[in-house]
Amino acid sequence: MIRHLLAATALLACATGAFAQSDPIAERQQLMKSLSQSARAPGAMLKGEAPFELSAVQATLKTFADVGKKAPTLFPAGSNVGHDTAAMPKVWTDKADFDAKWAKFESEATAAQASIKDEASFKANFPGVARACGGCHENYRAKKN
Amino acid sequence: MKRLVFSLALLCALGLGVFWWLTAPGAAVSAQDGAALESGGDRARGEIVFNAGGCASCHMTPGQSERTVLGGGFALTSPFGTFVAPNISSHPRDGIGAWKVADLANAMLRGVSPEGAHYYPAFPYTTYAHAKIEDVRDLMVYLRSLPAVEGKAASHDLQFPFTIRRGLGLWKWLYLDTTPLKPEPVQSEAWNRGHYLVEALGHCAECHSPRNPIGGIIAAQRFAGGPDPEGHGFVPNITAKGLGAWSRADVSELLATGFTPDYDSVGGSMAAVVKNTSSLPKADRDAMAEYLKSLPAREGPPRPAKQASKVD
Repeated sequence: MIRHLLAATALLACATGAFAQSDPIAERQQLMKSLSQSARAPGAMLKGEAPFELSAVQATLKTFADVGKKAPTLFPAGSNVGHDTAAMPKVWTDKADFDAKWAKFESEATAAQASIKDEASFKANFPGVARACGGCHENYRAKKN
Repeated sequence: MKRLVFSLALLCALGLGVFWWLTAPGAAVSAQDGAALESGGDRARGEIVFNAGGCASCHMTPGQSERTVLGGGFALTSPFGTFVAPNISSHPRDGIGAWKVADLANAMLRGVSPEGAHYYPAFPYTTYAHAKIEDVRDLMVYLRSLPAVEGKAASHDLQFPFTIRRGLGLWKWLYLDTTPLKPEPVQSEAWNRGHYLVEALGHCAECHSPRNPIGGIIAAQRFAGGPDPEGHGFVPNITAKGLGAWSRADVSELLATGFTPDYDSVGGSMAAVVKNTSSLPKADRDAMAEYLKSLPAREGPPRPAKQASKVD
């Protein structure tokens, strides 16, 4: 009896897990969108279209770090097709490098939270963090419009 | 009967003769004229040609980040097979260290090797054919200053009949236009510079245009995008049809940082293109933007239907 109960519980746990992760493609697309949305404010500051605001920059870097932590979990095996995913097959064939790139992005965004204190340090350090986007897209995201 | 066989044979011979004549590789610069090109040239200007021409995108050794290590080996997949970019480092045996300026000019302006064979147009000489000879000379001075990389790249892996290089002469007869770009006096200086950078060096159209089954760019849809020939994704339309809402500054910004106005970051081989264009003077990126923004709207091939539940 206890065995049955354990098995059922395990099954339920799996099902719940699967449910929470039911749509990793949609979830990661949403996550990517949050990256570009959060890059808007600092982008406008870099271009001189908006005045520098430290709190907004810090909020963006926090989003970057959070996404960098969460994103690698959203590319499970089998999630390479569907939802017009632009993820390239290399994501799964070079998974170790792909995950390492996310980890680097997370650590750079975290480090920038500490090093960016004013407009000068923002202009010096932020573009380097943002370069990670292109660095990763080059190998892992297909062209699209 | 005898007469018929004879006529057929004659026709065949004539056809072969015409084929041979049409497919003969022609040089842009004779060895005699080439001698004068060996003196002079400017390394700094050559570096701009190198970055505008996007040489590193294909020729830099894959798996390392130094854009001046030009050992080749990058594999470009296509409907015709896989092209492998050769070593163009200054190595005298494995690269092009032994080349004269005339050899580089014949390669870039006519798609012809020093041995007189046709190159495949995966090497975008259809664009470079419009480049100025002075730019080729400056580029050679720059290339000679870069490190020698040992080792030849692998050979192309193509399907028959694309393995017969001589046949490329016919392709060139159809698609290679060697007339120099004419300045357009009614346009601004920046527009003319952009015109040259995009159409003679940058070769944007080589990827951003759909091609016909034998690999010729469909002229009516030039710059109008299409399915990525490398296999994954879709190359955007960069005529006014696709960039209508973009400002010139937006286009220039993308060439500098890779970011679109929505802060998406370009992917695939366009990321490598941005590494080239971000190394150019800002005035050159602005000039490219000015020219690109002047392209009339053209309808490109339709995108594949999107899946209903698409989020992004």
